[in-house]
Amino acid sequence: MRPADILTLTPAGLFCPPGDFHVDPVRPVARALITHGHSDHARAGHGAVLATAETLGIMGVRYGEAFAGSTQIATYGEPIALGPVRVTFVPAGHVLGSAQIIIEAGPTRIVVSGDYKRAPDPTCRAFEPVSCDVFITEATFGLPVFRHPAPGAEIAKLLQSVALFPEQAHLVGAYPLGKAQRLIALIRETGYERPIYVHGAMERLTDYYVAQSVQLGDIRLVRAEGRAALGGAIVICPPGALQDLWARRFPDPVAAFASGWMRVRARARQRGVELPLVVSDHADWDDLCTTIVETGAEEVWVTHGQEDALVHWCLLNGIKARPLHMLGYGDEDATEAPPAASGQAGGLDSTPAVQVATGRVPGPGRPREGEPSP
Amino acid sequence: MNRFAALLDRLAYEPRRNAKLRLMTEFFRVTADPERGYALAALTGALSFAGAKPGLIRRLITERTDRVLFALSYDYVGDLSETVALMWPQGRTGHNRPPAPTLAEVVEALSATLKPDLPPLLAGWLDALDETGRWALLKLITGALRIGVSARLAKAAVADLGGLAVNEVEEVWHGLEPPYVALFAWVEGRGPRPQASDPAPFRPPMLAHPLDEEDFAALAPSEFAAEWKWDGIRVQAVKARRTDGRAVARLYSRTGEEISAAFPDLVQALIDDEAFWGAIDGELLVLRDGRVQSFNVLQQRLNRKAVTPKLLVDFPAHIRAYDLLADGESDLRPLPFAERRQRLEEFVRRLASHRVDLSPLIPFVDWAALASARAEPASAGAVTDAEAVEGCMLKRLDSPYVPGRPKGLWFKWKRDPFAVDAVLMYAQRGHGKRSSFYSDYTFGVWRDGEGGDELVPVGKAYFGFTDEELKALDLFVRNHTVNRFGPVREIAHEPDRGLVLEVAFEGLQRSARHKSGLAMRFPRISRIRWDKPPRDADRIDLLETMLARIEAGRAARPRAAERE
Ligand SMILES: [Zn+2]
Ligand SMILES: [Zn+2]
Repeated sequence: MRPADILTLTPAGLFCPPGDFHVDPVRPVARALITHGHSDHARAGHGAVLATAETLGIMGVRYGEAFAGSTQIATYGEPIALGPVRVTFVPAGHVLGSAQIIIEAGPTRIVVSGDYKRAPDPTCRAFEPVSCDVFITEATFGLPVFRHPAPGAEIAKLLQSVALFPEQAHLVGAYPLGKAQRLIALIRETGYERPIYVHGAMERLTDYYVAQSVQLGDIRLVRAEGRAALGGAIVICPPGALQDLWARRFPDPVAAFASGWMRVRARARQRGVELPLVVSDHADWDDLCTTIVETGAEEVWVTHGQEDALVHWCLLNGIKARPLHMLGYGDEDATEAPPAASGQAGGLDSTPAVQVATGRVPGPGRPREGEPSP
Repeated sequence: MNRFAALLDRLAYEPRRNAKLRLMTEFFRVTADPERGYALAALTGALSFAGAKPGLIRRLITERTDRVLFALSYDYVGDLSETVALMWPQGRTGHNRPPAPTLAEVVEALSATLKPDLPPLLAGWLDALDETGRWALLKLITGALRIGVSARLAKAAVADLGGLAVNEVEEVWHGLEPPYVALFAWVEGRGPRPQASDPAPFRPPMLAHPLDEEDFAALAPSEFAAEWKWDGIRVQAVKARRTDGRAVARLYSRTGEEISAAFPDLVQALIDDEAFWGAIDGELLVLRDGRVQSFNVLQQRLNRKAVTPKLLVDFPAHIRAYDLLADGESDLRPLPFAERRQRLEEFVRRLASHRVDLSPLIPFVDWAALASARAEPASAGAVTDAEAVEGCMLKRLDSPYVPGRPKGLWFKWKRDPFAVDAVLMYAQRGHGKRSSFYSDYTFGVWRDGEGGDELVPVGKAYFGFTDEELKALDLFVRNHTVNRFGPVREIAHEPDRGLVLEVAFEGLQRSARHKSGLAMRFPRISRIRWDKPPRDADRIDLLETMLARIEAGRAARPRAAERE
């Protein structure tokens, strides 16, 4: 079978006709394989769901236990037969329970990466590269400007600020699933033992991590303490809460935000962030490229993110590549992606939505009239 | 310089003045000489590097990266230095990495390096620095470092290091040079107070805040004096005696640059005037037959490289005095404005030279009276000099002369610029902070075309709106795009479909480069006319009329760097 017969694109997302299942479908389907618990990949309402125990657990926390007709646990590294194809879940290093999915049909092996990273994360199993014929990769940070620094250096930046401004609450915006818990674990690795406060929106997911034996130390709820008393504390909250009334009750808060997008100054400023922390749960540019090479794939399909640059890089390096222009992803862990990155996906027919320049560039191509003459 | 870069990075995001101060003071505390001194020089704008142009940086990166990847990255990031800093290839890492240069090394090497040797030197530094270090280095050497720190705030951070008041640092500042080792030693109590060796030093000027109509409600007319804001260059004229008894006179620009050499006529007049001992703050103007000439005339003098006797005759320089900073040896700056003003009037009265006169106060009883004076300076005392009036200054009668731009003491109230209603035609994404918004707008006005009325582009504006308005404009652009040309979007602009923008601008000139034959100076969006259909926007005839008036010598007010 050709790879295109094993996996195709449907309006619901990637579909495997011989195995009769979708991967991370964006609308309800009969059978779904879910790479990880982020809401843009894991949605409620499917007939049957196959995922790791942790991903199923996270979906249960988020959507209630009845989130699917039936569920089946996939154990890392153990192949499962689905009709004529075999599927195997392998750690993706993205969040607790996250997996890449190997799909094998005869001699052909396709790997769907889901979201992944290569940087250290004390809260989940590390990414394992898998050799394959076709590698289907994300490209959230698929531009050479995205090179995530060592997370330890970013945590040090936060702790230095806490030391220099000991009377101010440091509010750290972080996605409630994965990023929040990883940040706490990274802070703990430095020996910081004071209580870390969390916003109510992360309570249940954080409890779930702790129940899965992830060590996070003394975690307290903001609402149990009262915001006015939290000068000098580290408080983890959803990114949206930074601009909320909620944030204003803290004593002179410092607005920090932990995200790969913080690498670009304009993005950090747009959000009014005062202490950007470049900590990401996605592969950066170097890791995207390295991983593609490590898989030995002859062909790369790019699901979502900044596809253009990564496809171009593949072609430069003699690897066949094409963008899938998939819609509906990046909603949870890339919500702050600017319109240019999120608003122009081309739909499922993979025709580019952005019209290529065809004619003369009009007025604005001239020198700026507004500038003083030299 | 990685540590300095980290400070700049943090300062660039930090909005709170006190937090900025603390960050800088902490940096000065933990950083050794001479590194911290060069950092202070960079923060106060005392460093200037020649030779590092954006072109060089662009060349270095295109030699090292794929063109398409660079173009995609630059389009996304929107800032050249930042793009290069982020995507600069990282060859060797960890222990194999060359050691990062210190700021002191960078400053010293740059001053000793000839232009052809610059590219390899710069590339070597970029290899050795991390992302933040590269960003800071590129911003520094291209002179584009904007981190929201004034020279005064940086000096205040130094003062905080030793519990001093910032003015104590200001007092000794002039005459000190990077890396300011003696200054730090004094502030930390390890050395003597540096002597201001210059008998005629520059005194940092006091600046005003711009004022809008709506601000007046909070101000009491009886607490203020008003004077004209002249359209020249703000200067400081100082004369004192050296230790050997000889007189020294100097003319400074408002940034502290000495400009005496360009105005020998004026400096000689000060030297010759036996009554002039002290320091005045005023406006340098060209006067002919007792009449103030327009800024254009002054600019003609400024543009000449050689100061010839003919130039001195044709463009006689003159100072119109606003304030008296020192009377003889005594420092008047702590005194209230009203008292300084009185001393200034006496000072000017004693002078023999006609090169210095007094800038008159504008009498007014309430803000309405001042508004009409500002609208008609000729009938409010400025008489024949009215064309050189740029607006009004308001100074609190009790205000001491405080260097910098202190809050609530002085205000400037400029005259209204020109304005037209124009139609949005094209939009393009901005740079920097606005790179994900369509924030550059090309607008046009109506004219007679072959097939009836047509819009002709007359300018481009990319500021003047609030962040909220920007969002609304961006949304409008996205929802009304009729065509795309690369990065440019064409926006619907028909008589009944489109958006009218009120565009304010400061001047107008003929330009063969532009389709309309006109070019605006400093256009900005002053209002978004959501209510107005494009058919009601202005016609080119209005701009032609404005231009004709300007060319007839009225109210052309070009701007130069030295003006406030
Ligand atoms: Zn994810
Ligand atoms: Zn995703």
